[in-house]
Amino acid sequence: MSLRLPKGGRLIDRDKRVVFSFNGKRLTGFAGDTLASALMGSGQRIMGRSFKYHRPRGVVASGVEEPNALVNLGKGKTHEPNQRATTTEIFQGLQATSQNHWPSLSWDIGEVNALIPRFLPAGFYYKTFIHPRPFWKHVFEPFIRQSAGLGKAPDPKLQDPDRYEQFYAHTDLVIAGGGIAGLQAALEAGRSGAQVILCEQSAHWGGRAPVDGVEIEGQPAEVWIKNAVDTLEKMENIHLRLRCMVAGVYDHGYVLAYERVSDHAPQDDVVRHRLWRIRSRHVIAATGALERPLSFAGNDKPGVMLASAVRDHVVNYGSAPGERVVIVTNNDDAYRTALVLAEAGLTVPCVVDARARAEGALPKAVRARGIRVLAGMGISNIKGLRGVVAAQLCRQDGAGEVIEDVICDAVAMSGGWSPVVHLWSHCGGKLLWEKENSFFRPDPDKPPTDQNGEGFVICAGAANGALHAGQTLEDALNSTRKSLQDLNMPVSDQAFLKVSVPEEEKLEPVWIMPAKAGPKKRAKMWLDFQNDVKVSDVQLAAREGYESVEHTKRYTTLGMATDQGKLSNINGLAVLAGALGAEIPQVGTTTFRPPYAPISMGAIAGEARGALFQPLRRTPIQGWHEDNGAHFEPVGYWRRPYCFPRKGESHRDAVNREILAVRNGVGLLDASTLGKIIVKGPDAGRFLDMLYTNVMSSLKPGKCRYGLMCSENGFLMDDGVVARLDEETFLVHTTTGGADRIHAHMEDWLQCEWWDWKVYTANVTEAFAQIAVVGPKARALLNKIGADIDLSKEALPFMGWAEGRIGGFDARVFRISFSGELSFEIAVPASQGRAFWDKLLEAGAEFGATPYGTEALHVMRAEKGFIMIGDETDGTVIPQDLGLDWAISKKKDDYLGKRAQERSHMADPERWKLVGLETLDGSVLPDGSYALDEGVNENGQGNTQGRVTSTYFSPTLGRGIAMGLVRHGPDRMGEVIAFNTTKPAAKGAAPKTIKARIVSPVFYDPEGEKQNV
Amino acid sequence: MRRYSAFAIARQAFRHHEGWERAWRSPEPKARYDVVIVGAGGHGLATAYYLGKNHGIRNVAVIEKGWLGGGNTGRNTTIIRSNYLQDPSAAIYEKARSLYETLSQDLNYNVMFSPRGVMMLAQTEHEIRGYQRTAHANALQGVATEFISPRRVKELCPIINLDGPRYPVLGALWQPRGGTARHDAVAWGYARACSDIGMDIIQQTEVTGVQREGGQVVGIDTTRGPIACGKLGIVVAGHSGVMAERAGFRLPIESVALQALVSEPIKPVMDVVVMANTVHGYMSQSDKGEMVIGGGADGYNNYTQRGSFHHVEETVRALIETFPIISRLKMLRWWGGIVDMTGDRSPIISKTPVEGVFVNCGWGTGGFKAIPGSGWAMAELMAKGHSPLADAFSLDRFREGRFIDESVAAGVAH
Amino acid sequence: MLTFRCPYCGIDACETELAPGGEAHLKRFGPGSADADFEAYLFLRHNAKGVHFERWRHAMGCGKWFLAARCTATLEVFGTYPAQTPEPPQDIVAAIRAKRPDWSLS
Repeated sequence: MSLRLPKGGRLIDRDKRVVFSFNGKRLTGFAGDTLASALMGSGQRIMGRSFKYHRPRGVVASGVEEPNALVNLGKGKTHEPNQRATTTEIFQGLQATSQNHWPSLSWDIGEVNALIPRFLPAGFYYKTFIHPRPFWKHVFEPFIRQSAGLGKAPDPKLQDPDRYEQFYAHTDLVIAGGGIAGLQAALEAGRSGAQVILCEQSAHWGGRAPVDGVEIEGQPAEVWIKNAVDTLEKMENIHLRLRCMVAGVYDHGYVLAYERVSDHAPQDDVVRHRLWRIRSRHVIAATGALERPLSFAGNDKPGVMLASAVRDHVVNYGSAPGERVVIVTNNDDAYRTALVLAEAGLTVPCVVDARARAEGALPKAVRARGIRVLAGMGISNIKGLRGVVAAQLCRQDGAGEVIEDVICDAVAMSGGWSPVVHLWSHCGGKLLWEKENSFFRPDPDKPPTDQNGEGFVICAGAANGALHAGQTLEDALNSTRKSLQDLNMPVSDQAFLKVSVPEEEKLEPVWIMPAKAGPKKRAKMWLDFQNDVKVSDVQLAAREGYESVEHTKRYTTLGMATDQGKLSNINGLAVLAGALGAEIPQVGTTTFRPPYAPISMGAIAGEARGALFQPLRRTPIQGWHEDNGAHFEPVGYWRRPYCFPRKGESHRDAVNREILAVRNGVGLLDASTLGKIIVKGPDAGRFLDMLYTNVMSSLKPGKCRYGLMCSENGFLMDDGVVARLDEETFLVHTTTGGADRIHAHMEDWLQCEWWDWKVYTANVTEAFAQIAVVGPKARALLNKIGADIDLSKEALPFMGWAEGRIGGFDARVFRISFSGELSFEIAVPASQGRAFWDKLLEAGAEFGATPYGTEALHVMRAEKGFIMIGDETDGTVIPQDLGLDWAISKKKDDYLGKRAQERSHMADPERWKLVGLETLDGSVLPDGSYALDEGVNENGQGNTQGRVTSTYFSPTLGRGIAMGLVRHGPDRMGEVIAFNTTKPAAKGAAPKTIKARIVSPVFYDPEGEKQNV
Repeated sequence: MRRYSAFAIARQAFRHHEGWERAWRSPEPKARYDVVIVGAGGHGLATAYYLGKNHGIRNVAVIEKGWLGGGNTGRNTTIIRSNYLQDPSAAIYEKARSLYETLSQDLNYNVMFSPRGVMMLAQTEHEIRGYQRTAHANALQGVATEFISPRRVKELCPIINLDGPRYPVLGALWQPRGGTARHDAVAWGYARACSDIGMDIIQQTEVTGVQREGGQVVGIDTTRGPIACGKLGIVVAGHSGVMAERAGFRLPIESVALQALVSEPIKPVMDVVVMANTVHGYMSQSDKGEMVIGGGADGYNNYTQRGSFHHVEETVRALIETFPIISRLKMLRWWGGIVDMTGDRSPIISKTPVEGVFVNCGWGTGGFKAIPGSGWAMAELMAKGHSPLADAFSLDRFREGRFIDESVAAGVAH
Repeated sequence: MLTFRCPYCGIDACETELAPGGEAHLKRFGPGSADADFEAYLFLRHNAKGVHFERWRHAMGCGKWFLAARCTATLEVFGTYPAQTPEPPQDIVAAIRAKRPDWSLS
């Protein structure tokens, strides 16, 4: 039974009790506990269930590498699945529940799987569930989905109440890891004057050294650590962050660090997570090493733990997984656990050492305490159903014949250590297999490189393969100095610190225990605990030809669990190499990708959620729209009023009312979003002649001209009215969505192709509010508010513009019309836009002045047969398709898109061309409907001869109107063709079609008498 | 080949699974093949498979620089759909989708095709019109889709947030027989089937040159020596430009990084695939329980399989708006692939300036869903010199201005 | 997350302030040009795995377009220079050669 020791626990405060719950049971821990240590201290051994076989599992590790002890944390709004108990600091009222079982943690119906795992080897999904075909989707898959998954999903009805934020920083160095290597690195870098951000993922500085009994300069490591942190805190160039994990290293020195600000102490008004986005010249990865499990039968049972994790729990928290703990190892380090356990008053029946000899200082010290050390031995099997009852010992070089049953309630295992090289690898740093120590370490000749082609990540200490505390500090200092030298910063001449730790003898690689274990045993040796991948699975993958480590990983799911293979990768690789008869480095390693450990989506999104999700562009009149019930539609980052429904009015009704108000009286449109670009300079006319398909250079000051812009690929990309302000200055109007794009397009050509042309451009879209005053009573309204401009037809005719004061406002007024009505588009300085709008509304009351939205605008332009970019065009349409040949200059040698339009497909007479469409029954054609043609094509698809591009109910005409592109359309006026629908006429019948007549696209006022008044 | 079945597993269970044979052979290359396919990803392997199955051409080698299925086939978000707008796209993607329906049975390898349904959200008026157009086109193309209401969207996907403050869901284009499949299994299943009919899959072998005589291909140079061939199919996705250069021509292709990520696994909450194009994100839930997330591609040429963080950031932001529950999930794994983007973002299945050399590339961000159809069309083109499914995707379209533009539905808004 | 030094304003700009613009040094073919030339100009790209000349705009900064020589396999940047440069300048070519002795300007 796991237990809380009567004393000890350097990180807990036994005076502060913390009450929490697990599966509804009220438990008590101490301040400083992790959830894992508190559960262990409360006698809770089973903490979760495995993924595939639903086997009962206890905690195995003591940090982010934990594969088993994952819980649902919190409730309701704060519920969060898959929290690691080992990295969750407990707080008053913490609520946790276990995952992946039904009905309960101790009795899980899914565990029946475990009785028949031999029927569920790696890749069994691929070989079965093939017949009958519908069963996969409807029977097998739902069952697999339900039994897979881990944590409970958050409730979709609830919103995450927490806040997340992002910080940005530029620095010389990021040091990842606050163990003794990281602290040493920070001290040296601090002395050099470098700007440093030092991140430690846990809540404590110093890492493993205090647990391992390291002495530095003759004092316990803890003393040195405290002094180091005190020194660092006083250095202004050092920035210290606890609970902050360097999650990823990206190209050109970009670093992401994930700070869990208040997970340990949830409270209102404090951000939960903070994502640091750092640009650093160098990264020092002092990320330590992780212990590897040993592969013996039953190594996944609750109570079998990593030796270092047992030590951590005893020393740091005074919690132990059992009272009688067998140690099994292939190295000297695990003997420290035996010493710690003995010191804590627990029983260590024996240390089982797979090596032939165990004569180092630590084994000697263990023997000296009267603990049996059994060399050349291994574990054949672990007895026990829901925990450990006994370890059955055997010879390591045999097949597992049991020599002795050792009664115990926990096992501490150690298969050696692997440097944490993730941050080195994220940007492509290569690794070396160091046979002597059986681990991968950074290849110093092949670092990840930055924008200058220079290495920018360096590993320090254990992460660099310097596992023993003495080497660790020396390596950390050397690595830091190398980094500082690369950065042209001074290094100190401080001597290496004196570290006293017992000498350790070499480990002996042990990938399978015992070495000659048969298939039955190999099927009980777990490599990946969470995903239930065993030695036999990896061997099966190799046998079946999944020889690449990538194949094996994917076939068996080794290393794909939430711990991302931190415990299983090397062991799996070694087993694979063994199965293939290859050397480990030949089989390769897998690529490490960010994040090092999972980070919250909330932190990735940061503050950008809800209203702040994207920038919001507001016109000067936006407030009025909001106050007056506008129904908005998003257009780029703008939100434009679609219509202004009155109480009880549908959107459709509102649009119809707005249209009739404009056609019969006067309407007001907030056209401020329209793009406005100044093009100025001696070559401005020449430049616009290249940009537009028609000639702009001949435009006279005081006049406006409609123009079309094409991409160099020939397609219509934007349209609008150009006004010539003076000899050298043009004002280019673009579509709302086009302003930024067209301005960038202009700059592209001016800077990169015609850089000797004397032209400047400026996007002044937001400098002006623009209001369209539209309808037969428009002039009367403007005359009422008074203008010092002569607004008469004679003085300011259609397609003219003038500048002056209207209603007391500085204004530019353009006689342009997108509705076919008498129309004045008036631009005033943005700051006066709202006042001008209010004035027009007030003065317009007697004329029935009606604000209208984008939908009324669209319908009215369709009634007039005006094209709309995005409706009549879709990126595949050229001006010639739209009957706009009149706007394509034949005289110009060149314009953007001209050459493209000469290509065979663009000059093809079979291209569909713009026409108007009138249904025979007056109904509205469906949006996007296609005109049917005879027969089917080579692929059996129905042939078509055209399509609807815009279709509306016209309240002016009281019927449906549409525009479309039809093959030879303009030559087929009066012809009736059929359009498809997606609605079947009756169940099982073919969808019905709608007949429409090809007509002129100009439905309203074809002579243009209304706009030209 | 021993067939896979539940009985086979039961039989093997009593022999501790020690009797399974290799899924595919690992042969030494022969001196000559009728057809050599470069690239043992899904598209290359499917091409080889249908050369054998449909056209009786079995003296075929598939040469792979790394490991079969190790490129984009194993790096995508596994979405399968055919609700494309333009006829040629709808034809080939629907062919692929219909082949996926029976692929597990055809290959005797469970590729776990799961027609769970794919919806593409309309979040602007413009998108509504675009998807209604697609629905009308699909009706004539034999692709079963419909435009559905927000209420139906919510029924099909209860975790969706219809009323986001910026982009409320206004409807969706719904393809009920779209879905997902297990990406690795597609490559492995094809490889096993190819190997079974006598084709050689030669991994860890790089093609270093293309031998030509009088404008005609006669063989290739590889890191394991020269291999003669009658026809050569280049099916190497992001590395198409590199291979084309070795064959002496250039392609309208640029290689960029596309990123994807998964969350930690949770119990099932989402049984459909949802794509939100206005905000650039898409998501589904895998059988393991991971939320599988993708977004837009980076904008610069890149061969590193590493992308830029801010693209992932934008995708996650967009998806938190659409699916608020993911805010409290954690990103587990994040990776990139190199995708080959053409000038019109549609693929190329074509003859090339070199006689006997064919190219299948340019699938960009959407290749996985096309694998069976792409292989079917490429095999037909290589065997017969013409394929109705492939013809529109020929290289000369870029010279003629005859583009296949699928970005239309998300075109330019006013 | 790339960085480039903008040759105009001298700032080390992060990718998020920049807009990519594809291959650099393309020669424009207009009306009267051959179909093959026009196709090559618009579509055929080196797409090199290695040294790549490309266009970037300091869109969220000074607004200027500039050109860069970058390795698409390692993301190393050999140098940046103004957009008004018809072909890679000598110092950039030298900087590339220093790092990639086998490379030649094709």
